[in-house]
Amino acid sequence: MIPETIQALTAQLARDPGSLVFLPLAEALRRRGQLDAALTVANSGAARYPEMAGAYDLIARIRSDRGEGDLAFDAWTTVLRLDPDHPGAHKGLGFLCYRAGDHARSIRYLQRAAELTPDDPALAPALARVRELAGARPVPGYAESAPDPLRTSEGESDLALLVDLQGRLLAGGIRGADGQPAGEAVAAALTGVTREAERASRLLGLGPWRRISLEGGPAHFELRTPTNDSVLLLTRPRQVPAGRLALLADRAAAAARRWLEELR
Amino acid sequence: MSLDLALGDITRIPGVHGALVVSREDGLVVADALMEGVDGAAVAALAASLAGRMRGVTAVLGQPEPVLLMLGGTEGILLLAPGQSGLLLVAVAGAEVNLAELRLSVLAAAGTTF
Repeated sequence: MIPETIQALTAQLARDPGSLVFLPLAEALRRRGQLDAALTVANSGAARYPEMAGAYDLIARIRSDRGEGDLAFDAWTTVLRLDPDHPGAHKGLGFLCYRAGDHARSIRYLQRAAELTPDDPALAPALARVRELAGARPVPGYAESAPDPLRTSEGESDLALLVDLQGRLLAGGIRGADGQPAGEAVAAALTGVTREAERASRLLGLGPWRRISLEGGPAHFELRTPTNDSVLLLTRPRQVPAGRLALLADRAAAAARRWLEELR
Repeated sequence: MSLDLALGDITRIPGVHGALVVSREDGLVVADALMEGVDGAAVAALAASLAGRMRGVTAVLGQPEPVLLMLGGTEGILLLAPGQSGLLLVAVAGAEVNLAELRLSVLAAAGTTF
C-alpha cells in the first residue's frame, strides 16, 4: 500500500479514534514492514474492541512477523475464544505448532482451517507435509522430526546454537567474526563452560545455574539450559538491548525444549 | 579509586554477599570485602576458571573478551568484570539483588579500578 494511503488512514483514525479504520491501517503498516507501528495501532484497536476477533488476528500476524511465536500463539488463542471458527486463527496456530514440532496439534488446526476455507491453496500442501512428518517419525540422531527450532523460531540463521553436554551439535549454527561457520568449535568450548558453571553454582550456593550473560565487543551472548542435558547459546549485535536479548534467549530455550521433547 | 572503596561501593548494594578483586591467571584473591561465611578463595578460583572458559568461547568466535559476565542460578548470581591488567572484579549476590544496579556498579568499579 502506498504511503499516501497510510497517511490518509492515519488522518482518518486521528479524526475518529473509535472507528474501525485501525484494521486496514495496521494491516497496511504490517505489509510495509513497519511492525512496531502496526502493533501499536492494532493494540489500541483491540483495547477499544476487546471482543473483536479480527483485531487479535491482526495482532497475531504482526507478532508472528516479528518472530514472537509465543505471543502470536496467545493472540490466536484469544481469537478462537471469541470466534471458534476463525479460519485465520486455525491456520496461524497450525503453522506455529508445525514450527514448534507439535505435529499432532498442527494437523488438527490445519485440518479445521482447510474445512473452513477449502479454497486456500496453501493449506493442502501444508497439511500433507505435516502429515508426512507425523507419520514417518525418524530415529533420533538420524534425521530431524521437526524443523530446527533455532532457525524457525528466530527467523535468522547462524545466531543460535543448541548443544548437548558432550559438546555435540544438536541444532542451529553460529558464525565467527570472519563469517565462517564456527558451530562445532563453539559447541566444544561450551562443554567446558557448562562444567565450570555447574561447579561454581554448586560450590557457591547459587542453586542450579539457569543463565549466563556475556556483554562486550560487537556481539552479546546469552546461554540457557533448555533441559538438564542441553545448552543453548544465542547471540545478537550489541545494539540489541540486554533485556530483549534475554527474552529472546528464554523464548529460544522454550522452543528448544519442545523440540527436544518431540525428538525423545 | 582504591580497591577498598570500589569494593565497598558494590557491597553496599542490598543482596550483595561480597566483592573481590582476583588475579585471573592463578585465581588468587587480591582484595576482598565479604560477608561472613563467604569463602573468598573458592569464589576467586571458580570465578577465574569460569572467566577463562568463557574467554575460550569468544576466542573461538574471533570476538574480544567480554567486559561483563553473569552466571545466574536459582538462588544467586556471580558477576565478573575482566580488566586489562590481569585482574578480575567479582561480585556474589543473592537472587533478590537489583541486577541493574549491581551491573552498573561493577562496571563502574572495573572502569575506575583497573
